[in-house]
Amino acid sequence: MAIRERLSGNEAVATAMKQINPDTVAAYPITPSTEIPQYFSNFVSNGTVTTEFIPVESEHSAMSACIGAAAAGGRVMSATSSQGLALMFEMLYIASGMRIPLTLICGNRALSAPLNIHNDHSDAMGVRDAGFIQLYCENNQEAYDNTIMAVKITELTKIPVMVCFDGFITSHSVENITLMENEEVKNFVGEYKPTEYLLDEKRNISMGPLALQKDYYKFRVDLANAMRNSKDIILKVSKEFEKITGRNYGLYEKYMMDDAEYGIIVLNSTAGTVKDTVDNLRKKGIKAGVLKLRTFRPLPFEELPKELTNLKALAIMDKCDSVNGYSAPLFSEITSAMYTASLNVPTVNYIYGLGGSDVKSTDIEEVFENLQNIAKNKKIDNVTYYLGLD
Amino acid sequence: MAYNLKEVVKKESRLVSGHRMCAGCGAPPAVRGVLRALKGEDNAVVACATGCLEVSTCIYPYTSWNNVSFIHTAFECAAATLAGIETTYKSLKKSGKLSQDKTTKFIAFGGDGGTLDIGLQSLSGAMERGHDITYVCYDNGAYMNTGTQRSSSTPHFADTTTTPAGKYIPGKTQPRKDLTEIMIKHNISYVAQTALFGNLKDLYEKSEKAIYTEGPTYLTVFSPCPRGWGYPTDDLMEIEKLAVNTCFWPLYEVENGKYKITYKPTNKLPVEEFLKTQKRFKHMFKEGNEWMIKELQEEIDKKWNYLLFMEEITNK
Repeated sequence: MAIRERLSGNEAVATAMKQINPDTVAAYPITPSTEIPQYFSNFVSNGTVTTEFIPVESEHSAMSACIGAAAAGGRVMSATSSQGLALMFEMLYIASGMRIPLTLICGNRALSAPLNIHNDHSDAMGVRDAGFIQLYCENNQEAYDNTIMAVKITELTKIPVMVCFDGFITSHSVENITLMENEEVKNFVGEYKPTEYLLDEKRNISMGPLALQKDYYKFRVDLANAMRNSKDIILKVSKEFEKITGRNYGLYEKYMMDDAEYGIIVLNSTAGTVKDTVDNLRKKGIKAGVLKLRTFRPLPFEELPKELTNLKALAIMDKCDSVNGYSAPLFSEITSAMYTASLNVPTVNYIYGLGGSDVKSTDIEEVFENLQNIAKNKKIDNVTYYLGLD
Repeated sequence: MAYNLKEVVKKESRLVSGHRMCAGCGAPPAVRGVLRALKGEDNAVVACATGCLEVSTCIYPYTSWNNVSFIHTAFECAAATLAGIETTYKSLKKSGKLSQDKTTKFIAFGGDGGTLDIGLQSLSGAMERGHDITYVCYDNGAYMNTGTQRSSSTPHFADTTTTPAGKYIPGKTQPRKDLTEIMIKHNISYVAQTALFGNLKDLYEKSEKAIYTEGPTYLTVFSPCPRGWGYPTDDLMEIEKLAVNTCFWPLYEVENGKYKITYKPTNKLPVEEFLKTQKRFKHMFKEGNEWMIKELQEEIDKKWNYLLFMEEITNK
């Protein structure tokens, strides 16, 4: 029986973690994800979980301790945001390079400077090449669901997983959500049985060696292949999840896309605003649609172009900037996938909402208006826009 | 049982030959010595900071770590990595996923760079949180793996590649950071400073105490580096002896706040005896540089007197 609850995103994730009952959690406080270790240490203190919690002295140590804990043979989770994720940067590559299964919750927040605690995707995008699977969530329900699925995905792929959702917008907003029963979660994630781990009583192992040129190269290619192959595992785990909950997850979600002429690709909570705008535009007869990416890593580079073939114009929206003098990550990567699939749809990049700046439905209307003009005039005046700057 | 070198060396070594550490380096005998203090029936997980020891003992697909599990993650986080392992050990024991009758001990090794400098925060955090781990610093007083750059453990006036003894600057202009005292101030149960001295009794006994004292413990071992210090490889044990007998490297321990100097030289030698064995101090013997030796001697005497004082007042 599903349980109806009213929870903030952070509470929803902490609840998922409680139901997962990992062996070890190591975390350091940082806005806006601080509440997750806070709620969780409450569970630890009151014996609701059997997890050991390590209140580390930095995010670098949080990720280091998580790597150690997972290498030891434990099921491991952590949470962070922004500067915290940036401080973990070095260790993220080591986690994936060592093929360490762990789940890292990321309440997305802008990066300094200037200091800003509000939401954008600079943090997660900054570590996009770290070899983590990245799952993005539109709302509290998805944050809860993806946290539970992440545990299975990371253990089956042996690639660490980040679950990303928007700081404050999702982390602090309270929504009605549906929880699974404790037993359902327990059965879904199952008992973790590591195959190679430091505390194996039957044999000792060495981990984290120095690897010279050819061996290093092979390890990195193995990781790249594992990331490619993870698509199937993510879909398989999502199917199993759907059987229990009825909630369907793919690599992305399409909303009114099948017959759309004007499309937007976007991540996280802004997808909700775009869906609402699409509804309004549809009433006016404008064929608008939105594709919300769930997995930025792995990038569904084969699947995405196939969904875009009917479009007359496309806007790819990035809540971060690459500061490369051109465009932002989502745009660069998806247009690259379109190019290699020989798909030539006029496409523009909208950078928006940096440092938590509001994104209103009127802003999204402006994007769709521009797409209509591009389609009509058959030309793009400008590739990259900064939306919502007065 | 009284210490007997002939007996303890019969134990199976936990760091075996085949590694690529230099001849005359203090680190491998230090590591073997520390691990020899493990009870034969106990297992151990070793976490290693990036450095000479790590890059020379675990080159894929080989490992010199024997009868222990080994992990390396990065330079500054051996303590945090080991903290995660030790915590998970507790967690898995608690939930019955590991058997109750087997004991695993947790030991980190880091050089002075990975310990006193870049790893200080991670180490301090792990010590403060009270993990049941032993952190061992093999101190060779510079970044030897990258080619002898100065660290905060480099002795005053030493010539390194980033504090070259030049016309205007006479080597490292600052005295050493005294991490042993900083560790003591973490109020952990056991802190000790040791060396490869005599028949290795001091190293063995301190390692045993460090490993088998519950909670976080810290041990630092004097580990000469032939390339960085400039000495013939067979001088290793002689240099260790001179470091101890000049009180350049005092042997002492602090157990539950009580200081104990474990070796007091009957004839405390002048520091020159130690300095003249190594190229890194060569410039201190040039005419006009006598003040350097004098200043270093004063620093050594000050610390030695401090230790005598602390031993007296903490044992009253």
